[in-house]
Formats: sequence, C-alpha cells, structure tokens
Amino acid sequence: MAEEKIGVYICHCGTNIAGKVDVEEVTRWAAEQPNVAVAREYKYMCSDPGQDLIKQDIQEHGITRAVVAACSPTMHEPTFRKAAGDGGLNPYLLQMANIREHCSWVTIDGDAATEKAKRILGAQIHRLPLNLPLEPIEVPVNPNVMVVGGGIAGIEAALKLAATGKKVYLVERDPSIGGHMAMFDKTFPTLDCAACILTPKMSAAGKEPNIEMLAYSEVTQVDGYVGNFKVKVTKKARYVDIDKCTGCALCTEACVVRKVPNEFDQGLSKRAAAYIPFPQAVPLKATLDPTRCLTLTGKKCKQPCVAACGPAAIDFDQKDEEIELEVGAIIMATGFQLWDPTPETRYSYGKLDNVISSLEFERISNASGPTGGHIVCKNGEPPKSVAILHCVGSRDENYQEFCSRVCCMYSLKFAHLIKEHLPETEVYECYIDMRTYGKGYEEFYKRLMDEGVHFIRGRAAEVSDVGLTPNEEGHLVVKVEDTLLGVTRRLPVDMVVLSSGLAPRADAKSTAQIFGFGCSANGFYLERHPKLEPVSTVTDGIFIAGCCQYPKDIPDTVAQAGAAAAGALALVDNATVKVEPTISYIDPEKCSGCHICVGLCPHAAIQYNEEKGVAEVIEAACKGCGVCVAACGSGVPQQRGYLDEQIFAEIEGALAL
Amino acid sequence: MSDQFEPRLIGFLCRWCSYNGADLAGTSRMKYPPNLVPIKTNCSGRVDPTHIFKAFAEGADGVLIAGCHPGDCHYINGNYRTAGRFPLMKKMLEQLGLEPGRVRLEWVSAAEGDKFARVVTEFTEEIRALGPLGWRTQTDVDPAQAGSAASDRVEEAVPA
Repeated sequence: MAEEKIGVYICHCGTNIAGKVDVEEVTRWAAEQPNVAVAREYKYMCSDPGQDLIKQDIQEHGITRAVVAACSPTMHEPTFRKAAGDGGLNPYLLQMANIREHCSWVTIDGDAATEKAKRILGAQIHRLPLNLPLEPIEVPVNPNVMVVGGGIAGIEAALKLAATGKKVYLVERDPSIGGHMAMFDKTFPTLDCAACILTPKMSAAGKEPNIEMLAYSEVTQVDGYVGNFKVKVTKKARYVDIDKCTGCALCTEACVVRKVPNEFDQGLSKRAAAYIPFPQAVPLKATLDPTRCLTLTGKKCKQPCVAACGPAAIDFDQKDEEIELEVGAIIMATGFQLWDPTPETRYSYGKLDNVISSLEFERISNASGPTGGHIVCKNGEPPKSVAILHCVGSRDENYQEFCSRVCCMYSLKFAHLIKEHLPETEVYECYIDMRTYGKGYEEFYKRLMDEGVHFIRGRAAEVSDVGLTPNEEGHLVVKVEDTLLGVTRRLPVDMVVLSSGLAPRADAKSTAQIFGFGCSANGFYLERHPKLEPVSTVTDGIFIAGCCQYPKDIPDTVAQAGAAAAGALALVDNATVKVEPTISYIDPEKCSGCHICVGLCPHAAIQYNEEKGVAEVIEAACKGCGVCVAACGSGVPQQRGYLDEQIFAEIEGALAL
Repeated sequence: MSDQFEPRLIGFLCRWCSYNGADLAGTSRMKYPPNLVPIKTNCSGRVDPTHIFKAFAEGADGVLIAGCHPGDCHYINGNYRTAGRFPLMKKMLEQLGLEPGRVRLEWVSAAEGDKFARVVTEFTEEIRALGPLGWRTQTDVDPAQAGSAASDRVEEAVPA
C-alpha cells in the first residue's frame, strides 16, 4: 500500500460536539495516528471556511485522503465530498466519522465520549488508505411523474407539475379525486366554501392534458430506482366504459339496489349500487359497486341501468386491468383517515344517537349532504344545545399521543356554523388547550368568544343518556371538569360532536413498504429530515406531501404539495441523475459459477453467463445491498465502497484503542 | 469512571433503517452507554460472518447487527438473508465456545431512536455481565493470564 497522507478534520459543531467531547484531545490523538499528515479542529467544519481547510490541505499539503469527524453522514457527507472534489480529490476518498449523533449527543460522561469519538474516528482513519476512487454512475431520468392520492395535496402537486409541461399520472383509489376536502362544508378560518375552492382545481386536473387521471386505481408494485421507477397500477373495473359514460346519473336513478351506505356521507345517507360518489366528482363517471350490484353478485336483476344508459356504457364483463408505467419521480399524497372514536367507549360513539364524529358533522352541515345542510338531530329536529369534545383520540397516551393540529380550529368552525344556522342553540366547546396557531386562527377564536360560544377548559369524562335531574332527562349528558373553575359540570345537550384526531391510513405501513420507505413511530410516512427535507423520503425520487406525512391544515398541505412538486421537478427536469457507485462486481477469474449469488440477488442483477461459466453483475440493476458479497463462499463478489478489507480495517480501527 | 468492566462492542448498522435510528437517538438526545462503535453497511445482508469473527478476533466482547424490520428492507429482502444466516453463525460461534448472548440481531427502524438506545443499553449490560471475551489478548498470551471462563472454553473448543 502506497504511503497515504490523511487529513483529519474535527468539528466542534458549536458546543454540540465540543460541549461533550474534548476536541483538542481527539485532534492531538488523531495527529499521532498512522498515515495522518494533518489533524485540524474547527468550530463549524461545514461552513465555507471549514470546507476551505480541506480544499487548501489537498492543494497545498498534498493530502490524499480525508476524514471529517462531525455530524451524521446523512447530514453532511455530500457537503464534504463535494468540498473534497472541489479541492481535486476524488470524493470517495473522504469518509465521515459520526461523533455527534452517535457520540456527543448520546453520551453522559465527557471522558467516555472523548474515548468513543477516538474509536469512531480511528475506524475511519484505519479504513481510509484502502479507499479507492469511485465515480458516480450517471443514469438517464424518465421525465414523467406519478402522484399517488387525489386529495388536495395530490391535485395541487399534479397541477403544478403539469404546468411545467411534465406528464403526470394521478392515481386515486376512489372513483373520484377530491379526498377529504371535498367532504367539508366550510374551511377555517376564512369560511370559504370548500367545494368553491376545491372543485375548480379538481376540474382543472380533469381537463389538464398533461395529467393522465387513473381514478379507481391502485399501485400494486414499484420497482426501479431514482429517475427510473416502474410502477404497476391496477385499474379496478368500474363495469362502466368511461369513454362512453357521460355522467348523466340515469343508471344510479334506475338501479334497484338503493340502500347502500354512502361512504361520501359517512354512511348517513344511502346510495344505489350504481353510483357517482358526489355531484362534482372528477372524473364524472358512474361506477357499479361490485359488492352490492345484483348482477355482479350473481343474483337476478332486470338490469334497469342498462336500459337507462343511453350510450350503452355499462359492461358487466369488465375486468380489473393491470398497467405498467415508467416514471422518474413519485409523489405520495395518500392522506389520512379520521380516528375512529368507537374504542373511546366512555363517549358512547355508535351506542347513543346524536353522538357523531366530526366528519359526520361536516356532512350534516354541508348543503349537498344528507340533510341538505340543515343541522339536525336524528329525529330531524334542530339541536337546542351541542357539545363539541376536543382531542378525541389525540393527545391521549391510550390512542395517539400527538396533537392532530386541525381539530381545535375545525371545532371552532363547527361552533360558528351552528351559531350561524341556529342562533338560539347553545354551543359548548370542551377543550384541553386551545391551539389556534395559524394565520388568522387566534382572531377566529376571539370572534367565536364574541359569538356566545361557551368554552369549558377540560377534557370530557363521559357522555351518557342517564339524566339525574328533570333538566337532564331525555338529553345526552356530558360530564366534564371545568379546570378553570375547579368544578365538575354536567351538560345536558341534544348533540355531541367528537372532534376526532387524524390518524395514519390503516394501510400506510404496507403502502410505504410497496414504495420502499418507512413510517414514523406514530404511523405517518417518515420524511428524510424533519426540518430540512420534510417532503423527501429515504428513497431518492420519492416525495411526500400532505397529511400522509403528519396532520396538517389545508394551507400547509398545499404548500407542501408545491414543495414536493418542486422536488420532483428538480429531479425529472434533468436528463440524467447520478447514483451511488457502491455496487457489486464479480471477478470472472475467481468466480466458480456456483450460482449462489444469482438466486439471492433481490433485484435480479446477477446473471449467469453460460458461455464463460461465471456470474456477472448487471450494473444498471444492482442497487448495492451487498447480499451477494456476504453470501459467496469464496468472497468473489465485492462491493465498491464496502469491500471486505475496508470493513475489516474499520473493525480493526474501532477496536485498536 | 469506576473500575467495572467496560465491554467493547461493534454494531453493524444498515444505512437505511438502523443507522438512521441511531441518528434519531442522537437528535433526540437519548442517552446510552458509549461502548458500541457503529459500522455502517448499506444493508444488514452485507454483514458477512467473517466480519463478526473479525470483530471478536480484534478484541470485541459483543457484536450487534441491526437492520430494517421484516418487510421494510430497502433492498426488498436483504434483512431476510441476515435473519437466515444469523442462527447458523450464532451456532458456529457457540461451537467455538462463545456465549450465544455475545451476538445479537435487532430490527431497528429509522423512527426507533428509543429502541436503538434501549438495545445498546441492554446489550452493554448483558455483555458486562458475561465478562470479557478477550480473543485478541488470548492469541499472544502468556497462558498465566488467560483465566477467564470464556477463554477456557475457547481452548476446549479448539482441537489439540
């Protein structure tokens, strides 16, 4: 091995590292290590002057290898590798030693942290002479983008991308795009009508020539990598030829199965088995419900829908269709589901009439909802008093620990809508803390106080129908401690609205697995960095937007959708993208052709060459997991950047001290 | 520091899940013992049994392998290969006289900083209880000093 000159650069990171690790001592120690030509410390190594230290040493002191002991490589490895490249060194001859996340931040004792920092750094110093120059692999980028989920986040991202001229596939599981926002009546705090601001966007997405809408479709498989994803999408059979269907809804009127709970109205109304989910649906096409349609379930039916359909669009023989699409980037905007309040039995949801969820209230107050926008109890009478209970399934260690961020505001909106429709009705808001953090939100809260809404600071303990006084007889009774007054109150009311939190979709985890990224502990999609990369995932080329990442309001969702669209555009607007060269190679001189690696490769990137009798790596398909390297009995496949001898050297260095 | 035995541990962490989980433990300022030095690999499936043997040969008292949860592997199924190899390797180490507790396989996701901190804490305590392995000190030894229980078993296991 030729004599190498290693430069060691140790970052204080302000006091993040230096507050615990004795940086001077580590620097002194590093300078004495084999092959180390220079060891420096600096307050912020990632700053321009810090990076310049590395460049200068390469140019002036002939440094041939470098190690930066600082934060996680996930954070700044690209920064420092670029600096090394700018200085004239192959970027892969620079390693990082993570002495912040893995050392100073997690260790109590300063001396122990200093020792550990030396071990972590020592591993890299020991490995560096074995590092080899590598060149990133440049691969072409498919300019198309897929957006998964057609709520406001997906629609916004798709429209933004389409406006740049990119082809967008918008995949939506339901028969229509629109998502939760389409169900809302008004939006806080401005009280814009949700339909008035959403439907123009839905319609624009439907008409946009650059958007290919795949409604009533689901992604089943994702292969490939950044810039080159291959996505399998199943277009579920609607049993209606959408090229012929005009959306006239005559089939839905003719259908004899009329008692199907309408999902869009939270089951508060009924629809037919032939249905259009809501009047503003995009695409405005009918769907036959395969679980309820008599013909499709093998029962007898005179098929009045067929007779009613002028263009003869109904096709009972339609089958699910699987298509494969190629895209360069993917935006996940799969949204949330309302936390189901049933497990919170003390609130009697599902047991007592007129205890309703927030989405049910949205539909009841909506002019196109099951009651035509009249806020009424189950008996059709308007409630004389309503209690709105906050934090149901939110901020609760038994269910979801986090704050869902939108419930306080939508609860205030409900109170306003009740007061607007029914000025005489008493409204009680039972809250833990009022969280009105957004633009115009606190002002809205103040306004509601002036509208005569009663605010009771306390989480409701119970909802029952047991009246203890004549006053309470025949009413729902909410028991709540008013923590400001220090008294327990019993509120006899006609309606209870449960302000349920936002939950990750039930299949969020399995969906994330299909796309190859992870979920946070609370079940929402995991972003690459919580602050600096909130719309990226660990998988390059896959972005996230909206409530699938974490509960958020519509303005934040729209902003995030724009950010995700920009992230995707910054990728697919390039002809090529560089990918890590840490892939495997097989020396044909050494390979015995035993086939073990061929079957193990998860990406089918190893082929057996019959003629030569050896296994060969298909470089474009290899993603660099290294499974073949570990599996080969003779150690023939090797992984660039993670050669066995490099890993051995790291182990030696880590244990040398 | 007290004079209690401080085990030397190596942790092979896959870069997609467990390395990021360890980062999250740091970002969240969770505290755990300083005994484990992480080594990053792209996938836990890259960890070759020889890496484990090497670590013990270089003086490690325990080795942790941490990867993505089943189903979460960035490389589809690399972690299943790890899971498949691990028992064989463990058995082999047992045949060499190692206590089975000196190697540990854990699934730590990028969101499980708390789990990473807990695993390292537990593992450190478990190895502390087992005592030093000292394979490295064994080889260039003076037999008089090679008295620990583990090392006796190593000698038994090596054919004469």
